[in-house]
Amino acid sequence: MTTTQREHHSESSNEAELLAGFESTIAHNDRIEPRDWMPEGYRKTLVRQIAQHAHSEIIGMQPEGNWITRAPSLRRKAILLAKVQDEAGHGLYLYSACETLGTSRGELTEKLISGAQKYSSIFNYPTLSYADVGTIGWLVDGAAICNQVPLCRTSFGPYGRAMIRICKEESFHQRQGYELLMTMMRGTDEQRAMVQESVNRFWWPALMMFGPPDADSPNTAQSMAWGIKRNTNDDLRQRFVDMSVPQAEALGVTFPDPELRWNEERQAHDFGQPDWDEFMQVVKGNGPCNAQRIAHRRQAHEDGAWVREAATAFAAKSAQARAEQQETSR
Amino acid sequence: MTSAPSAEWPLYEVFVRGKRGLNHVHVGSLHAADDDMAVRHARDVYTRRNEGVSIWVVRSDAITASSPDEKDPMFAPSGDKVYRHPTFYSIPDDVPHM
Repeated sequence: MTTTQREHHSESSNEAELLAGFESTIAHNDRIEPRDWMPEGYRKTLVRQIAQHAHSEIIGMQPEGNWITRAPSLRRKAILLAKVQDEAGHGLYLYSACETLGTSRGELTEKLISGAQKYSSIFNYPTLSYADVGTIGWLVDGAAICNQVPLCRTSFGPYGRAMIRICKEESFHQRQGYELLMTMMRGTDEQRAMVQESVNRFWWPALMMFGPPDADSPNTAQSMAWGIKRNTNDDLRQRFVDMSVPQAEALGVTFPDPELRWNEERQAHDFGQPDWDEFMQVVKGNGPCNAQRIAHRRQAHEDGAWVREAATAFAAKSAQARAEQQETSR
Repeated sequence: MTSAPSAEWPLYEVFVRGKRGLNHVHVGSLHAADDDMAVRHARDVYTRRNEGVSIWVVRSDAITASSPDEKDPMFAPSGDKVYRHPTFYSIPDDVPHM
């Protein structure tokens, strides 16, 4: 649909007029829908961002999935299963949104397992203790919520609608994580130490989830002009720090940042910068778990091939049987 | 409507009735090998938290849509018929139940 539409447009319509129409829709804060004309750069930026987001949900199943069989109680196991299933669902909402831009599901999966498209660097860190399940829910999903709530108003309709569904479900993720940590904090000294150790490992990677500082984020200005992004990376990071500090106090843990303090003048927290060299290394594929995550995803895809083929064959056979039955009953 | 290679399962659009008395509403899409599988997948993807009491699925390529190019001629006929709206008629304020 999109390809023919684009060809049709380039032949018959005035590009400047189409662009003016597109820009006026954006200026009115209206949504762009899949069949509307859109600049190639807008389409490409959205595909890149939505695909990266979808891949993050799919890869994001792995770090926590590791703990399903080792959850300490049936209650925790059921919660963790539901959460990991949600991540799969979120990936599917987003892949659907991405497909409305004219890319196929197969193509997106291929680009993930070949490394052509990225996913959030946070999922390249290992989950070393059970406390990490709680920390991921609290801090990683908390950072994701900060990023995602403004995206409910993003200018591309299908993306915004997917984000609304996702945000509704993320709140459960964050609360279950925080509750898990609260439970551990009421336990033994060893359990409290486990929570603190986990928070120490995840704090900086969680801050990196908002992306590089605004000065080093080349796509931000254009994405904001197009209404794809609604806030800058640094704005969202600040919001996240300000939200997290009182939560840490209530929990009884500290963040591993000696520069973290309340700034009365700014009415916000001052805080240190994450190690951006480490960030770039992880993005480039040199994080602790990059190779493992992709290998696992590739294996799941390949191991599932026979299921996909069998379902296709079964569907064809059933369709044929129905056709024959109709033929004889005529 | 889709340009997916034939190896890929076809795309379905999913409609969910939130509760009795409401219309089915479009919630998104998914891939499935056939209609039955599309309903099962729709349940798992779109109704994990009691979001629905009924699901419709339809293959995306079976949907006929108005094209955005025809937007003006398509919807123009309703634009200039203000007399179809109740606010077109001025009735004195003291007339009750109008």
